[in-house]
Amino acid sequence: MAKPKIVVVGNGMVGYKFCEKLLAKSNLDAFDITVFGEEPRPAYDRVHLSAFFDGKTADDLTLAPISWYEKNHIKLILSDPIVNLDTASKTVTSHHGIIQKYDYLILATGSSAFVPQIEGVNKRGVFVYRTIEDLELMKKYAQKARIGAVIGGGLLGLEAAKALLDLGIPETHIIEFAPRLMPRQIDMGGSQVLQSKLEDLGLKIHLAKNTEKILGENHITGMRFTDETVLKVDLLVISAGIKPRDELARIAGLQVGVRGGIVVNDYLQTTDNQIFAIGECALYGGMIYGLVAPGYEMADVVATNLTGGQKVFKGYDMSSKLKLIGVDVASFGDPLAGNPYAAGVDERGCRSIVFRDEAKGIYKRVNISADGKYLVGGVLIGDASQFGMLQQTVTNKILLPPNAEDLILGSRGAETGSGVMDLPDEALICSCEAVTKGQIYSQVTDNECFTVDSIKKCTKAGTGCGGCVPMVKDLIQGSMKKMGRVVRNIICEHFDHTRQELFDLMKIKKIKTYDLALDTLGKGHGCEVCKPAIASIMASLWNEPIQKQPAIQDSNDRFMANIQKGGSYSIVPRIPGGEITPEKLIVMGQIAKKWGLYTKITGGQRIDMFGALIGDLPYIWEELIAAGFESGHAYGKALRTVKSCVGSTWCRFGLHDAVTFAIEIENRYKGLRSPHKLKSAVSGCIRECAEANSKDFGLIATEKGWNLFVCGNGGSKPAHAKLLAADLDSETCIKYIDRFLMFYIKTAEPLTRTSVWLSKMEGGMDYLKEVVIHDALGMAAQWEIEMDSLVGTYHCEWKNAVETPEIRKRFNHFVNTTEKDPSVKFENLREQKKATW
Amino acid sequence: MNQISNIKWVAACNTADVPENGGVCALIQGEQIAIFHFARLNQWFATQNECPHKKQMALSRGMIGTQGDEPKVACPFHKKTFSLESGQCLSGDAFSIKTYPVQIENGQVFIGFEL
Ligand code: SRM
Ligand SMILES: Cc1cc2nc3c(=O)[nH]c(=O)nc-3n(C[C@H](O)[C@H](O)[C@H](O)COP(=O)(O)OP(=O)(O)OC[C@H]3O[C@@H](n4cnc5c(N)ncnc54)[C@H](O)[C@@H]3O)c2cc1C
Ligand code: SF4
Ligand code: FES
Repeated sequence: MAKPKIVVVGNGMVGYKFCEKLLAKSNLDAFDITVFGEEPRPAYDRVHLSAFFDGKTADDLTLAPISWYEKNHIKLILSDPIVNLDTASKTVTSHHGIIQKYDYLILATGSSAFVPQIEGVNKRGVFVYRTIEDLELMKKYAQKARIGAVIGGGLLGLEAAKALLDLGIPETHIIEFAPRLMPRQIDMGGSQVLQSKLEDLGLKIHLAKNTEKILGENHITGMRFTDETVLKVDLLVISAGIKPRDELARIAGLQVGVRGGIVVNDYLQTTDNQIFAIGECALYGGMIYGLVAPGYEMADVVATNLTGGQKVFKGYDMSSKLKLIGVDVASFGDPLAGNPYAAGVDERGCRSIVFRDEAKGIYKRVNISADGKYLVGGVLIGDASQFGMLQQTVTNKILLPPNAEDLILGSRGAETGSGVMDLPDEALICSCEAVTKGQIYSQVTDNECFTVDSIKKCTKAGTGCGGCVPMVKDLIQGSMKKMGRVVRNIICEHFDHTRQELFDLMKIKKIKTYDLALDTLGKGHGCEVCKPAIASIMASLWNEPIQKQPAIQDSNDRFMANIQKGGSYSIVPRIPGGEITPEKLIVMGQIAKKWGLYTKITGGQRIDMFGALIGDLPYIWEELIAAGFESGHAYGKALRTVKSCVGSTWCRFGLHDAVTFAIEIENRYKGLRSPHKLKSAVSGCIRECAEANSKDFGLIATEKGWNLFVCGNGGSKPAHAKLLAADLDSETCIKYIDRFLMFYIKTAEPLTRTSVWLSKMEGGMDYLKEVVIHDALGMAAQWEIEMDSLVGTYHCEWKNAVETPEIRKRFNHFVNTTEKDPSVKFENLREQKKATW
Repeated sequence: MNQISNIKWVAACNTADVPENGGVCALIQGEQIAIFHFARLNQWFATQNECPHKKQMALSRGMIGTQGDEPKVACPFHKKTFSLESGQCLSGDAFSIKTYPVQIENGQVFIGFEL
């Protein structure tokens, strides 16, 4: 019997996913598969298109290389769109004239950007935002542009606006026809909070504005609106919605919707039952699903039915989370149900609970069913960390707690259940790949998949947008606990120990080399995970020069500098408390000039010198050390900086001398190695100019002494530090910091900042206070002694390296010639240099 | 490596120049070659120095180790790992690196180039 011929029109995200699913459900060569794509490259990750402006290449975004199609015997024809469909002869015809017969035809033609009919919309400098080609054109044009604008304040419009900022266009406007942003996903209150956050990012927002005309001769120079106002614009992106690509369906006489889209039934069949439509071109239940997850589900339904299975499409949840813009925005279920303002309810009886914090830029709304039992939907702005669980609560119809406001405020008082483990088995954890809680649970319990990587391999969960990875992690841990397995975060395949166990074992056995650790406590030959972890433990325990065992140090530690783009290194001398004499500033300038280094003031109140060649590092440091500088440990998991404000010495509000105390603290803990880097700051009063509240440990002066805050974090998951103790004198302050740091160094997992360490600590802040202040573990005295010994063994690693010939010798790019690395190149930038790369 | 018949051996450096369980980079006929002394396995390996991920000349500065029985090197930039034997990327990406045969004679390291 001849193999059924399947022809797929469109090699976009959903078309590709269909092929992948079909192959997974059938034998190789069960079908004869041909794919036609209009774009010049194989399917790529359109969802992360904006990452293209972030340095990702077209290759990085590719979902599968051409070789994948070859390997799976799929005939892939690119740059050749289908232009005709004849249902009588069951053939399609391509632009280049290929006539292809089909038994089953899959239309996965996606959609195109909807461009409203505005006068002058064809001028140069007006773009849409859909394909890699669109972005390439924009990128070129953007070089000349100073003012950018986006028509459309929806999900995609905001993303496009952020992209314009990232492209370096200094002024970017968003023009939205509706009176609020993201009108389909969020309400007025959410829009207001979002707007002020976006304005902080530098975006200018115009609401209820209708564009009448694009101004300019050949290329755009401005826009005129119906309210007669005019805006100067050099580059415009139109993101006013999508238009399903249903041209072929129209040619063939298949039924299409009034506003476009190919009408399909529960099997995604069009009005010709040999022809299916999936993804953004399909109109199901009067709706176009403009998201990738429902498209993937449609692909799964068709692939299942074609391979003898049974499955129907039942619609899909349109929850969405905005990415990339630097502000969390999410909506789930029915975000606009209920009525947040009038104290009453909407026509279905739904009511809403709203939490709004202007200062922090947080807006949360949950909509509750008339009987108060179920969550119907909601909106999260500024903090979408609960998105996963809330969405699950809606889709799985989980009964609400008696105080529904706990959902967004957190429970105040008694601890509640652990979250993911309470979900039913059908709960969809990964919506990109449609993986349920039950599937993950059984992989953990039946197949011993105990790592996120192994779950990714066997279920594909977490391989799409990656948003579910934290839930997958919790689920693995929860499932293991349920199996009665102790959850231990072992270091890697070479050490069956947690970091804390290793720390204690190495201390008892006095292990001072990596090889000995591996031979006595581990197996195999090590890797890039356990080597630096053990190096860090040894540094915290024995404080010996790290150059004694260079091959187990992370590259940055091995060369005691951060490797940067193109392979050059940066140099950051310590500048305790940010205080520096004019003499030292001058020397630094002279050294930077002599060695051709780019200099910049860092966010840590010191000076970074970039662009050093590896062979020059010892020479540069020799000069810095001669001038009285020391290593700043910017390369190590160690104390970085203790920022300070000027404090009482100059500032009229200063209560104590913040600079002196910051310098004292920085000098005490400099060189201290820890599971992750450590940062600190000292502020002279509650105005907090040194940002002590965002540090691993921070001090703020009070009338009576110092308030000690711990476990703050900047970075991608900022956390406010928490008050450990108030009104301390300087001595007690240092005592508590010693204990706090030693406790952290001993018990944290590798590469875990103090904020994350605390968040995983059972008993949380109360327990930490017990241990540090009330010595609940009876370790305080020992920790203080250990810290004293670490402080006493401090040495400047760079001094040691510069003075030891055999260490100096390692600083060469080539082992067999003194030639410099020819691939390191620089170009000029604002009278300094930058790496050409 | 013995099935390759036509190999030109080029001296790269002294064995003592290469740190135990670490790597160095040699410039040979205009090419940057990373040389590793896997002392724990008592083996030597050589690969291209350029990491195919972001085209950084960095592999010689990476940490070596094993995954199961497979000796590997991790690029210091984004920690992609590559087999020192086959050159295959072990972190699931489609690219791979070139590997070269190594011989040790009289305290010298020789790298083999196919003719
Ligand atoms: C130079 C500097 C940026 C600047 O031009 O201002 C910088 C540069 C780098 N930061 Fe940073 N960070 C700098 C201040 C900060 C700050 C602000 C601060 O310290 O007050 C933060 C947020 C505060 C915090 O850490 O809590 C910061 C949060 C990060 C993070 C995210 C940490 C987190 O917990 O999420 C990373 C990534 C990491 O460590 O894994 C990072 C990593 C890096 C690395 C090491 C990335 C890398 O591997 O190349 C950059 C090294 C540059 C170099 O070669 O020196 N940098 N980085 C700042 C150096 C400060 C200094 O004097 O040492
Ligand atoms: C910037 C951006 C950000 C996005 N962010 C998100 C997000 O965060 N979350 C989310 O869920 N979704 C997001 N989306 C939407 C998501 O990308 C789409 O839902 C998804 O790509 C739809 O897949 P598709 O295969 O139906 O269409 P497409 O990926 O558009 O693929 C259709 C393909 O068919 C081709 N084609 C059309 N007609 C023909 C023809 N006649 N012959 C041959 N080929 C043809 C097209 O050229 C195209 O390559 C985003 C989209 C964009 C543009
Ligand atoms: S934020 Fe920090 S890590 Fe990121 S680019 Fe800037 S300096 Fe580098
Ligand atoms: S450059 Fe090597 S891993 Fe990225």
